[in-house]
Amino acid sequence: MERMITCINCPVGCRMTVALSESGEVVSVTGNTCPRGAAYARQECTLPERMITAVIPVEGSPVPLSVKTSKPVPKSLIPEVMRELGHVHVSLPVSAGQVILGNVLETGSDIVATRNLR
Amino acid sequence: MNERFVNILIVGAGPAGLAAAISARENGITSILIVERENEPGGILRQCIHNGFGLHRFKEELTGPEYAQRDIDRVTELGIPVECSTMVLSVSPDLTVTCISSSKGFQVIHAKAVVLAMGCRERPRGALCTPGTRCAGIYSAGTAQRFVNLEGCMPGKRVVILGSGDIGLIMARRMTLQGAKVLACVEIMPYSSGLNRNIVQCLEDYDIPLYLSHTVTDIRGRERLEGVTVSAVDENRMPVPGTEIEFDCDTLLLSCGLIPENELTSAAGIAISPATSGAIVDETFCTGVPGIFACGNVLHVHDLVDYVSDESFKAGAAAAAYVRGGRTESSFIAVRDGDGVRGTVPQKIRAAADQPVSLMFRPAAVYRNSAAVVDWDGKEICRKKAMIFTPGEMALVTLKAEDLRGISGGTLTVRIERS
Amino acid sequence: MRSESDILIIGSGITGCAVARELSRYNASVIVLERESDVAEGATKANSGIVHAGYDAFPGTRKARYNILGASMYPALCKELGVPYRRNGALVIGFDEADRATIENLLARGKANGVRGLEILERDEALRLEPALSPDVLCALSVPESAIVSPYEMAFALADDAALNGVSFRFNEPVRDVSALPDGRYAVVTDAGSCVCRVLINCAGASGAEIHNRLSSERLEMVHRRGQYYLLDRADPQPFTRTVFQCPSVMGKGVLVTPTVHGNLLLGPTAEDIDDPLDTATTAGGLSEVLAKAFRTWPGLSVRSNITNFSGIRAHLTGDDFIVGPCDGCPGYFEAIGIESPGLSSAPAIGAELSGMVAAWLHLSRKEKTVPLPRRPKPFHDMTDEERARAVQADPSYGQIVCRCETVTEAEIRAAIRRPVGAYSIDAVKRRTRAGMGRCQGGFCMPRVAAIIAEETGLPLQEITKNGGASRLLSGTLSSFGKENADHE
Repeated sequence: MERMITCINCPVGCRMTVALSESGEVVSVTGNTCPRGAAYARQECTLPERMITAVIPVEGSPVPLSVKTSKPVPKSLIPEVMRELGHVHVSLPVSAGQVILGNVLETGSDIVATRNLR
Repeated sequence: MNERFVNILIVGAGPAGLAAAISARENGITSILIVERENEPGGILRQCIHNGFGLHRFKEELTGPEYAQRDIDRVTELGIPVECSTMVLSVSPDLTVTCISSSKGFQVIHAKAVVLAMGCRERPRGALCTPGTRCAGIYSAGTAQRFVNLEGCMPGKRVVILGSGDIGLIMARRMTLQGAKVLACVEIMPYSSGLNRNIVQCLEDYDIPLYLSHTVTDIRGRERLEGVTVSAVDENRMPVPGTEIEFDCDTLLLSCGLIPENELTSAAGIAISPATSGAIVDETFCTGVPGIFACGNVLHVHDLVDYVSDESFKAGAAAAAYVRGGRTESSFIAVRDGDGVRGTVPQKIRAAADQPVSLMFRPAAVYRNSAAVVDWDGKEICRKKAMIFTPGEMALVTLKAEDLRGISGGTLTVRIERS
Repeated sequence: MRSESDILIIGSGITGCAVARELSRYNASVIVLERESDVAEGATKANSGIVHAGYDAFPGTRKARYNILGASMYPALCKELGVPYRRNGALVIGFDEADRATIENLLARGKANGVRGLEILERDEALRLEPALSPDVLCALSVPESAIVSPYEMAFALADDAALNGVSFRFNEPVRDVSALPDGRYAVVTDAGSCVCRVLINCAGASGAEIHNRLSSERLEMVHRRGQYYLLDRADPQPFTRTVFQCPSVMGKGVLVTPTVHGNLLLGPTAEDIDDPLDTATTAGGLSEVLAKAFRTWPGLSVRSNITNFSGIRAHLTGDDFIVGPCDGCPGYFEAIGIESPGLSSAPAIGAELSGMVAAWLHLSRKEKTVPLPRRPKPFHDMTDEERARAVQADPSYGQIVCRCETVTEAEIRAAIRRPVGAYSIDAVKRRTRAGMGRCQGGFCMPRVAAIIAEETGLPLQEITKNGGASRLLSGTLSSFGKENADHE
């Protein structure tokens, strides 16, 4: 099996071909210009991860709170993380860096406020 | 009328204005004032809640509000006042600025130097001359971003995005994550002007199709938007009949480019470059009016805030030097756009320049394995190779002080030499 | 809702508003029914904004008579109501000998209609007056009495004045049926209820013929003629002081290039006959036609200055003249139909005459006192520094600039919302204050304007519309991925 991956490390945007075994292991990466590309392609084909940023409503504040994951979480969990955020209740005041939701979905990543809200 | 005197007045408390202020203070200037039209400092970063800022400057990935907060904290620490909800109404060549606010009324501020850092705005629908109805539901991507990220409101449920600039791509993901369905991103050019990373993480991650060489050719809906027609375009960017695709959508977001906001600049009699839509400046970011400096997106549109900060630190330092009277009279070397190059900043270099000078420009198209070359009156003085030059990414060539040695006039030409 | 009144006016365009204001001076109850959410929503908001001198209409027609009379009323009326008006003069330019013959005809017609100051200029003289004109111009008719006005601001002022003097305006009420009652009165059914009146006045613009045909056996045929426009940025250098027409044709006065009273430049209109009287879309074909024709007048034209495109629908009767007055066979029913160009120029005269006819028919007495329209403060944009300083001292909300492009303050936006006929949508505020009319087209100020409207009206932000009806700006509040339906519906 093969997967096409566009590298995001630099503007060149190499189109890489990743050959995968039947069990989903990376057999080879071609089309990359540098080792960063190959590493990215491997990661994308095994356990792609993303930072998530979002805004959530805050009781008593006309301005919503911007939040982020403290570290990347598995890409497949994005919808679930967003659903979790829909159930979070936050009240004023909030400081940047404050943990809004610890260890979201057991990922080891916290949901953290990225701004002050008073 | 309330009259005041300051050493340096900075117009705008976005990343450019904040950096200029910090730098001017660190270069020994007291009595600096920043005026900001919004009700808090931070500029457009306040609504850019996504991450990816600060990799060059802080070597870590921050969100927009986090990046802004670092500069705001530093400005507070240095005791530089920021007057918010204050709109500058005029800047005059004698360095007098008028502004108005509810709390302080109409003020006349006399400065020894002025730094313009007003940022930019988005191209609206009118600039595209897209036909159709004038219904609700058509927003610039930045307006939608403000609605979602700062007002907590959703502009719509079914979205088409015209233009694949980074704000449009970012909004495709934001709208999706916050519950809307993004049907398509449509780009008139054969390439996207957005970063690869945004194409992958904002469109591909959510299976949002990107239509290159396509544009919106009709807008339907009497009250709220009901749908748009998307057509392929030919090499002259003219719609090709028979290629129409219909989308039922209630929202159209426009991400079709940014324009430096230079109304105050023009009114001050400062010459504007047609290529950048920003002021014509020298390598110290001084405009045609001595003592008035410009930096950040009001000077030319940047892709990365890190470079805005970098440029603004230099502008702030130059303004500080100007106030201290450290500026010497000098002749100028002109800087001109050559083949494949658009909007080089600065447009002139003082012959007295004794620091390295970065020439920033936009490649006119995508060039692979090419070189940016700087010629002085036909003779090559500097060359920088790159695997790719693309219009979506500002390119930079740095001239060392010795490259300019012995040059006191004439013209530098920046061009791209294809392999 | 069921209501009764002495007089019911259908339509609040410039004509309906002019009639309503005149009738507000009499002891009578007056209701104005409007299908849209605001005054001036039809042709009044989307036309060239010219007070024509009156050289174009054929002598002896109602168009000629009302044009000349109406145009003569404008200067005093605009001064009284505080509406921007400028006598900037016009040129009708010709490119060849056929055009010269047309221009000579216009000169003769104008003289017969009593227009003063008309003269034919040769190429060099025309170019001296308007250096941006095409050097291909051969000759031009100079029309010093031609003027420009803000048509929708005129309608707003007329409506405010009428409302202050007792006229009741009802919006979002499209007329569904009209009938004569056995007692000689008329019944009008709208989406929101019905009204019974002694006198019915049809000022319904594009729907004028349709309403007429429900009451009268003499059928009228109306053509809906769309005109598309470009509006250019007022921050860019303005090449023309005069309105420049090309030679007219059977379809209308041709594509013009004109300054507006606010200093923008307007290009247009096209003239396309369309089926749907509400189809104000612009088209690729129409827009490129405007450009091509305007380019002929002004070779220096650049689309880069474009702020917006729009179109308006002219209500053209196949009889080619206005119909103004009582309708034969329908006692108590009056009408002003087919009020296309020079309708804006004619409106004050039509308002005066039609109201006189109605007053005579109903034997109305004049009110002893009228409430004068309060003077609106000068726009902040046009104030001197001293005036600005005083304004913000008196009212701190002058210190909040909401629209950066046009320098419109929060004070002015709140004042627009609180006018007698108030502004409750983004577009209604825009047309009264110019907030959102500039280069960024509301990109920055629209969210703020919406918030101010919400605050003033007590409505939630989600209910605020661009222009009434279902034109809501927002679909809801924040929701998260995967639960959109639960939150949205």
